Amino acid sequence: MSLGSLAAAPILTDHRVRPLEAAPWLIAIAVYFVLPAQLGLATQILIMILFALSLDLIVGYAGIISLGHAAFFGAGAYTVGLLSKYGWTEPLTGLLAAAAIAGLIGFGSGWVLLRTRGLTLLMLTIAVAIMLHELANDLDTITGGFDGLPIETDPILGLFRFSALSYDNQYFYALAVLFLVFVLVRSTVYSPFGRSLVGIKESTTRMHAIGSPVHLRLVQVYSMSAAIAGVAGGLFAQANAYLTTQVLSFGLSGDVLIMVILGGAGQLYGAFLGATAFLLLERQTELVLGTEFPYWQLAVGTALVLTVLSGQNGLLGLAITLYRRLRGRTS
Amino acid sequence: MDLVLNAMVSIAFDGLSFAILLFVISVGLSVTMGLMGFVNLAHGAFAMVGGYVTVALMTHAGMPFLAAVALAALGVAALSVVFERLLYARFYGEDELKQVLLTIGLVFMAVAGVTFVWGPNPQIIQTPDYLTGQIDFGFRKFPTYRVFLIVVGGAIAAALFFGFDRTRIGAQIRAAVDNRQMAESVGINVGRLFTMTFALGSGLAAAGGALGSEILGIQPTFALDYLVFFLIVVAVGGLGSVRGAFVAALLLGVINNAGNYLYPEASGFFIYVVVIAVLLWRPAGLYGKA
Repeated sequence: MSLGSLAAAPILTDHRVRPLEAAPWLIAIAVYFVLPAQLGLATQILIMILFALSLDLIVGYAGIISLGHAAFFGAGAYTVGLLSKYGWTEPLTGLLAAAAIAGLIGFGSGWVLLRTRGLTLLMLTIAVAIMLHELANDLDTITGGFDGLPIETDPILGLFRFSALSYDNQYFYALAVLFLVFVLVRSTVYSPFGRSLVGIKESTTRMHAIGSPVHLRLVQVYSMSAAIAGVAGGLFAQANAYLTTQVLSFGLSGDVLIMVILGGAGQLYGAFLGATAFLLLERQTELVLGTEFPYWQLAVGTALVLTVLSGQNGLLGLAITLYRRLRGRTS
Repeated sequence: MDLVLNAMVSIAFDGLSFAILLFVISVGLSVTMGLMGFVNLAHGAFAMVGGYVTVALMTHAGMPFLAAVALAALGVAALSVVFERLLYARFYGEDELKQVLLTIGLVFMAVAGVTFVWGPNPQIIQTPDYLTGQIDFGFRKFPTYRVFLIVVGGAIAAALFFGFDRTRIGAQIRAAVDNRQMAESVGINVGRLFTMTFALGSGLAAAGGALGSEILGIQPTFALDYLVFFLIVVAVGGLGSVRGAFVAALLLGVINNAGNYLYPEASGFFIYVVVIAVLLWRPAGLYGKA
């Protein structure tokens, strides 16, 4: 997605907090009171927002296209899953461990892969993810493979118990984690580090020329993104108390990239819109039209093609364009 | 000893027929990617549609197998030109992300489309009698159909090698892959050249999808299931190289079958280790230009 002129998009350069930025969080809190029956779905949405946010960091800011981001989501999920299997069920340290393991895998693979560009890089991200997926299937005596791995989690801080029947605690837990990580991501993208990533995306050659350590910057953001994806995966494992090798699948890697693009890449809030729209529409399509025919796939495919053809930067980009037009007319 | 030898012959033979199929399907993708740098993830969808059209022509129009395959390949080639002109051409030289998303969107639409028309179950192509059974080569018997695949695929590969290396059009394609601007400045119409190779590549993919139904199957998930394999052939072989695609397909086919045979529980893992190793050693692929 071309960002156009940076000056024309204040959301990319102006770091001050706008009042509108409170909206997603207020909506999230409102959902708890208005739609208590839907908290299960809402929790999944929060987790996918976190996952999409991690991918947006490398796709939207650093310009690294990955079709294998499920590798890190899965790595985090299995970190929590295996810790629980061998007796460590404390949730917060579980998430930290998930971040550490996924971040390490991101660092190790990124160090090697990020020397390449274009199709080769895309292929390598796919290959790493599929390799981990195959590995998890092969080691099914440890990972549970297709049959899955049940996960136990202690009450958070010893106070809030996870329940399979109501998602109340899971929901606020996921929301709190999302908020903390979001604050971290937001300050990162407006930092000089974040600016240098956008610089690399816009012109790698020029960043080399001004002496920016391009490879190091890419590896750093890739590891950070992997660690966040790991947290998302860990949350997923804890909230659902159950895990299969699906968390490493190529399909998930594709879905999360689609969420980022549908929402609008490189604009922080694109991940929120994209993941929410994706999961809500998926659920609605399946409820209304059934799962017998792939209406959902048809809808996603059409939406993607239209997004790319429209030249808009996802739903958020579209909203901003419409808003500008509206304001332009009235003033 | 005989057993080991027998196993090795089986692996080599099955691997070869699988590899030839991969080559026929993927080679067009390699050349078009090399020419325009366009990441076309929907290439496998053309192969899939080729399979479905062949089934339809055989069951509804009662056409014989080979004629149906040929007609399906021509039809898909024509269809691909429509897509190329209407959609793809807008995104030449644009960033890869747009190309990836556009073509993934098309894959989803194709997967959904064939499910609506043909249903979610795999389709079966009735192979004609003369291609069933086994051929006795004296020292061993081989399934006739796989022998047929190797012969036809080998002929296609030979024709492509010849066309690429020895004909005027082949020279133009090679020139355009090497240096597009230079090729244009000596009067080669690269846009038209590209449309032609795109049609040829899609037609070959369709033929491969139809011919390979016994090995790859014809089902709606085809376009996604084998997408990664086709991409591996392209990336490992090197963009725009017919020879590279051939070597990569051979490598992938034989390793895949050897893995399935020797370590069935970890064969997938195997392939990706090799892919990563090759791409790290030669990021532009075996025969690619760095």
